[in-house]
Amino acid sequence: MADLSVKIAGVEFNNPLIAASGTFGFGREYGEFYPLEKLGGISCKGITLTRRDGNPPPRIAETPSGILNAVGLQNPGVDVFINEDLPWLKQQNTVVIANIAGNTPEEYCEMAEKLSDTDVDMIEMNISCPNVKSGGVQFGTSCESVGAITGEVRKHCKKPLIVKLSPNVTDIASIAQSAEASGADAVSMINTLTGMRIDINTRRPIIRNNTGGMSGPAVFPVAVRMVWQVANAIKIPIIGMGGISKWEDAVEMLIAGASALQIGTVLFSDPYAPIKINEGLNKFLDDNGIKSVTELTGTIKPW
Amino acid sequence: MKYDVKPFELLSNEEVADGIFDMKLKNDELAPLAKCGQFAHVYVPGKTLRRPISVCDSKDGVLRLVYQVKGEGTKLMSQMKKGESVDVLAPLGNGFNIEQGKRYCLIGGGIGVPPMLYTAKQTENPLVITGFRNKNLIILQDDFKEAGAELVLTTDDGSAGVHGFVTDVLKEKIDEVDEVCACGPTPMLKAIAQVCKEHNKPCQISLEERMACGIGACLVCAVKVRKNGEEIMQHVCKNGPVFNAEEVVF
Repeated sequence: MADLSVKIAGVEFNNPLIAASGTFGFGREYGEFYPLEKLGGISCKGITLTRRDGNPPPRIAETPSGILNAVGLQNPGVDVFINEDLPWLKQQNTVVIANIAGNTPEEYCEMAEKLSDTDVDMIEMNISCPNVKSGGVQFGTSCESVGAITGEVRKHCKKPLIVKLSPNVTDIASIAQSAEASGADAVSMINTLTGMRIDINTRRPIIRNNTGGMSGPAVFPVAVRMVWQVANAIKIPIIGMGGISKWEDAVEMLIAGASALQIGTVLFSDPYAPIKINEGLNKFLDDNGIKSVTELTGTIKPW
Repeated sequence: MKYDVKPFELLSNEEVADGIFDMKLKNDELAPLAKCGQFAHVYVPGKTLRRPISVCDSKDGVLRLVYQVKGEGTKLMSQMKKGESVDVLAPLGNGFNIEQGKRYCLIGGGIGVPPMLYTAKQTENPLVITGFRNKNLIILQDDFKEAGAELVLTTDDGSAGVHGFVTDVLKEKIDEVDEVCACGPTPMLKAIAQVCKEHNKPCQISLEERMACGIGACLVCAVKVRKNGEEIMQHVCKNGPVFNAEEVVF
């Protein structure tokens, strides 16, 4: 049995697999399949300062080896999360990451402050949601805006701060550098790639929001490439995600430079995927005589 | 644990009307748990999303799913062969709330007809109204008769049964029943809800929306409902698929 534990910004995870924000709610539903302590952590559904109802349906479309979604940050607001969901989550013996999104830098700061006074383990700043008109990705697509908002939130955030990066940019490595220089403790990447599907009979986009965020196995090679590029540019840890659906993908993402992983879309095919991926990862490490999963991170031998 | 995924043995998978298939799946653990109006989330190899299919019947460990080929996923489902193992997450959602002693009118439109069969089996002497676009799409008539239902068939084009909509029949017969349950296209459900409201009869409707997780975690299958005077988003998979018609904001 290899050691699957990892440490990100001082926070210990039992294993490197974290449920990705937006696919796992606040954990209660998947907790009806298996104890949530089987996961390294949970990145909770993105929360905003006040309640949001999200976009009108349809909010999802299938794509070759993936999906498009545009939920639009439906959530009950940060206070409800803190009062009603966080106490339950903290009893599940897994790392709890609050994912925050705002309309303005002030909103991010206010949420970071509120959450800093709770026992949430980490804060993931979502500046990469492609599915809302304001809040999210407009802060995440230039080095200047990423640096500015990370620096502001850092001043109000007493918890380890993860900045979640958008792949819808020209140079993700320089954006990651801005986050690092402005005080991020880690980056998580990649959020979804903006995409679109159209019903050829009605000529209407399948998703009511017209465009949506693409995820699933189809985006995995893009995510691996970006994680590798960012790993070469920054020193803070990377939480890698984007289409991981089997243990081989997990190993590949770690080798590319990730220190921990998030998985999301695969849960919709197989709710037990995190457990199976951990088992496969463990066997791979044992078979190769590797004592700790941390030994894989960034061991790529590029040509 | 409340949810589970199990391999089901495919016993049969036959086309029973134009593009409509009748699949029977055996699993002694999960199939008996299904209640009327719930659904099964079927994994289709090669697809990212499962296909949510309403439970048509559940008996002796056999789950019956009657579904229409609508796209790539259901096309692949229709090609599954007897003896195959099918990965199913079931049963899911809240079904119809059936009270003994009431007489129900159960209405199905098109591929909304199948869940009404299992519902009919939970009620005494139900009035069942089934509507189809035309005679090539008619399904489950013998099954409803065997279940002891008073059965009415309608077609939009008059090619079989009563020429007209299910609501035409409902308006004539609504005084004979205590409550209405329905599944089918949204315009039909909206019209049924309106008739029930006018006649002051309770009405439960089963809704459909593009879905991912099936358990209420991903929030994609949203439906707007009115609760305590406030409009909120609920989800077909977890809060439904059956909703109180009066609460749904069409």
